[in-house]
This record gives sequence, C-alpha cells and structure tokens, in this order.
Amino acid sequence: MAEQEHKQRPKPAETEAESTQTPPASSVESDKIKADLDSLLDEIDEVLEGNAEEFVRNYVQKGGE
Amino acid sequence: MALAKVMGIETEYGISSSDRHADPVVTSTLLVNAYAQALEHHIAWDFEDESPHRDARGVMRSSSRAPMVERHLANTVLTNGARFYVDHAHPEYSSPECRSPLEAVLYDVAGELIVRDAMEKAQSLYPDAPEIVVYKNNSDAKGQSYGCHENYLLDRSIPFDAVANAVIPHFVTRQIYCGAGKVGQELIDAISLDRYQISQRAEFFEAVIGLETTIKRPIVNTRDEPHADSSRFRRLHVIIGDANCSHVATFLKLSTTALILAMLEDRALPESIGQPLDPVHAVHVISQDPSLHATIATDQGDMTALEIQYQYLEAAEHYLEGADPSFLGGQNQATMALCRWREALEGLEADPESMATTIDWIAKRRLLRGFAERHHLAPTNPKLQVIDLQYHDLRPERSLALRAGLEQLIDPVAAAIATTQPPEETRAWFRGTALSRFPESVVTANWDSVVFDVGEDPLRRVPMMDPLRGGKAATEDIFAKASSAKHLIALLAQEKG
Repeated sequence: MAEQEHKQRPKPAETEAESTQTPPASSVESDKIKADLDSLLDEIDEVLEGNAEEFVRNYVQKGGE
Repeated sequence: MALAKVMGIETEYGISSSDRHADPVVTSTLLVNAYAQALEHHIAWDFEDESPHRDARGVMRSSSRAPMVERHLANTVLTNGARFYVDHAHPEYSSPECRSPLEAVLYDVAGELIVRDAMEKAQSLYPDAPEIVVYKNNSDAKGQSYGCHENYLLDRSIPFDAVANAVIPHFVTRQIYCGAGKVGQELIDAISLDRYQISQRAEFFEAVIGLETTIKRPIVNTRDEPHADSSRFRRLHVIIGDANCSHVATFLKLSTTALILAMLEDRALPESIGQPLDPVHAVHVISQDPSLHATIATDQGDMTALEIQYQYLEAAEHYLEGADPSFLGGQNQATMALCRWREALEGLEADPESMATTIDWIAKRRLLRGFAERHHLAPTNPKLQVIDLQYHDLRPERSLALRAGLEQLIDPVAAAIATTQPPEETRAWFRGTALSRFPESVVTANWDSVVFDVGEDPLRRVPMMDPLRGGKAATEDIFAKASSAKHLIALLAQEKG
C-alpha cells in the first residue's frame, strides 16, 4: 500500500521540492565520484610499493605461452 | 543448432620474488608444489594426447613453430577439474570446462583464490625463503608477454577459414571493453601515461593467422587440438586477450565471443560485418587510441572499433530473438550477455569514464590520472608504472583492482566453493569427483581421460571424448554406488554395456 501511494505522488512537486533543497543530481553524482576517487587515492598512498624505480626495474618476466 | 559453448580460460600469471636473482622456473615450481603438497591426491598430468603442433588449416607449415610441451615441470590436477602447473617460467591455472560464460567467470575467479592460496602456502612452508608475489597481468613492460587464453567448443563441420573470418573483426575490436590497460608502448620503449594503451597484449601481435603462441603471435591461432572427438569437435584456442581483473570484462569477453561462434554455427552471422583490411595494424591502432575515435580501414570503408562492435551486437540481438539460448547456458545468461554488451558499447560511446566500475583499462586509468594529478607527477614517473603493476597484484593487502570499486559478479563464497567443487554439466565433474572420491586410485588425468589404478594390471583409462558427457546428472548415482575405483570402473562398464 505504502509503495503504491509513493508511486502516485505527483512527480513535478517532488522534483521541485528536491531542487530547492539540494544541488542538481548530476552535480551530486560527480561530487560523489570525486569523493570516492579521493578516498581511493588515500588508500593507494598507503599501499603503494616504496622505491618505485627499483620495484619497476626488478619486475622482469620471461615470455610465456 | 549451435553447439553448447563449453568454455574455459587459461591464465599464465606473472611471478616475482623478493630475491631478484631467483630463477622464475624455480619460483613458479615452488608455488605450484606448495599448493599441490597440501592436496589429498598427488597425481601427474597425462601428456598422451598433447599435440600442439597440429594445425587447423590441415597442412603443416614448415615455417610454423609450435610450442614445446614441457613434461618435467610441476603439474597437478585439482578436484574442481582445473589444471594448475608451471608453463615456461610462469604458474598457470587452466580452468575446468564450463557450461556458460558466468560459470567460466566463476572458475576464473576461483583460480585467483587458488593462486593466492598457493602464495600463502609457499610462505608458510618456507618462512625464510624470499617472498613470492603473483600478478594477473600480461606483460613486464620490458618486452615480455605471457598469455591469457580462452577456449570454446565448436562444431567440427565449420571450415576453419569461416571461423577465422567470423572472429577477426571481433578479436581486433573487442579490446575496447576487455582490454586491461597499460602505461605506454613497451616495444618502442615509450613508457608514459601519455601513451596509455587499452590492451596489455595488443602490441605483441604480429600475424593474422598462425600456429605460434610465443613468437610471431597471430590474432587467430590455428592449434587443432580439440582434446575431444576430433570428428565432431573443434576447440577454438584464443590467444589474443588480456587477463581481466573485472568480472564484468571477463563475462563480456566470453559471452560476446561465444555468441559470435554460435551465430557462425547457425549461419546467422551477417557477411556485412566490416573486415579489417590490415588486422594486425588495426589491433595496434585501436589499442593506442583510448579516445575510441580512431578508424581502421575495412572492406566497408573506414570504421571505428565501436561501429564494428555494434554490427556484431545488432546481429546477436536479432539472432537471439529466435534462437534457443541453451548454447549459452540458458535465457538468463543470454539476456545478461546482450544487456551488458549494449551497456558497454553505449557507455563507451557516451563517456568512457562512466564504465570505470566494469572495464579494466578505464578503472586503471582513473587511478593513474587521479594519482598523477594529486602528486603532480610527470607522465613518465615510475610510480605510475607501479600503479599499473599493482593493479594486478594478487595480494589482498596490495591489490589495486580490489580497491578500484569494480562491480563484483561473483559471490566470494561461491568462488571459494569453486576452488574444490567442479562444474556440474561437463566432464570436469567426472575428473574432479574421481579425484576427490578416489584420490589414491587416480594415476593421471588430462582433459579427455582419467587413468585409474584399480589394484591389478592393467591401469584402466576412462576416455572422455565428449566435453558434455560425464556431468553430475549422468554420473552422480554411479559415484554414490561405487565403493572403490575398481567398482566405479565396473559400474561404468555396465552402464555402457
């Protein structure tokens, strides 16, 4: 029942109410993506192997297959 | 009607040791043996039917050099039906035969767990030995590449030339959603974020069709080794693919290729799909253009990779309106395959960044760009190469793929179960169950047979020449009744009689 009522609520009013209180959805979305990336980069700072040059130099493989 | 697309993935993992003078063959052997020693069974791989030199084009080419079969290295068969062994200087996991794309993703992910487990076991067995680290990638950025191969069951009656024509435009262009991404072009020593490539493997491909896998790598490999009844089946061995960390990318790679092969078998693949005039050049051009705007010359005029992929997708959508989807494991997977495929192409077309949770090369590039920007790094800074490598690091405490926000298709519990339980609808069930039920009686196994020691001469070989036979439905009761391997063989003979 509750779900049906929710569905029947007039859409324009809802959109209007939201838009007066919050920034547009696209900006919220991109802010969230940026925040996600920021915390991801914090984590990378923590787990990244030290001494990059040596690490990269030492990663040598033989061809396979 | 299209044959069931039995499929699987073989992954050669990159391996490194904290002792940089360590021999990679020894390190790989240590890793595989650490895992094998902990198993209940200790069996060898049976090489009797290995013939990697057989060419699907029918004639032996004197210029072709087939890979050597190495018989002396660590080699084991697992109760999930997979093979885990040392190939050249790499640990390799060959998944069991799977009945659908999603199942093949599951067993690919199970392979990652097995290799991770092997790393941990090696460390606890030899606590003072140098640490072994394994990477699910395909190049060392210094000109060495190692493979991630797929296999698909095909109807033998389809001529090989038709197979090649059907898949070449796909293999050239599918990298736009299943490329794993790479900083730079290693073969010209240009390691820079400014030269970011879509695919790890693209630059190593030098031929259109051929038997080789380690030199002059061809877009279409002609190895004719069906590991099954060669009068009925082909096994298309695909060597042009990156190892994916994204489950969705692995699913796309498998499902799109299986769909195209099914359309070929059902004569539903339109002839109007753009054929690249220079496929090798096209593979390179597409990989080197993350903008996705580059065009390649085809028999239909200049086309982008996306345009060619849309041609295949639209043909597949049309085909599945009428075709029985059981070849792909049923309606759900067929629907999922088409939805994911369309989603990928439309996402790539509108804004590639929107695919950062499903496509590896975009997920990785997002980390690289973000990191370079935050720390004001030059595009050639080695730290960016570390990120590239560490994206594929299998250690949970180091892996960047695990942190990149990739969508997970596979439940971790299901993946853990799949490290020991075989797929239920292929002969992998018989192989795996024979091993778990009678570990002391299985002498050797390979893709198409299991050899038992029943306590008296001679050894008994159970052939499995049809990949779809030997599943749970057909053999569960026999295994339940069998009190010993000898009894199992007797029951199988009765069944056959």
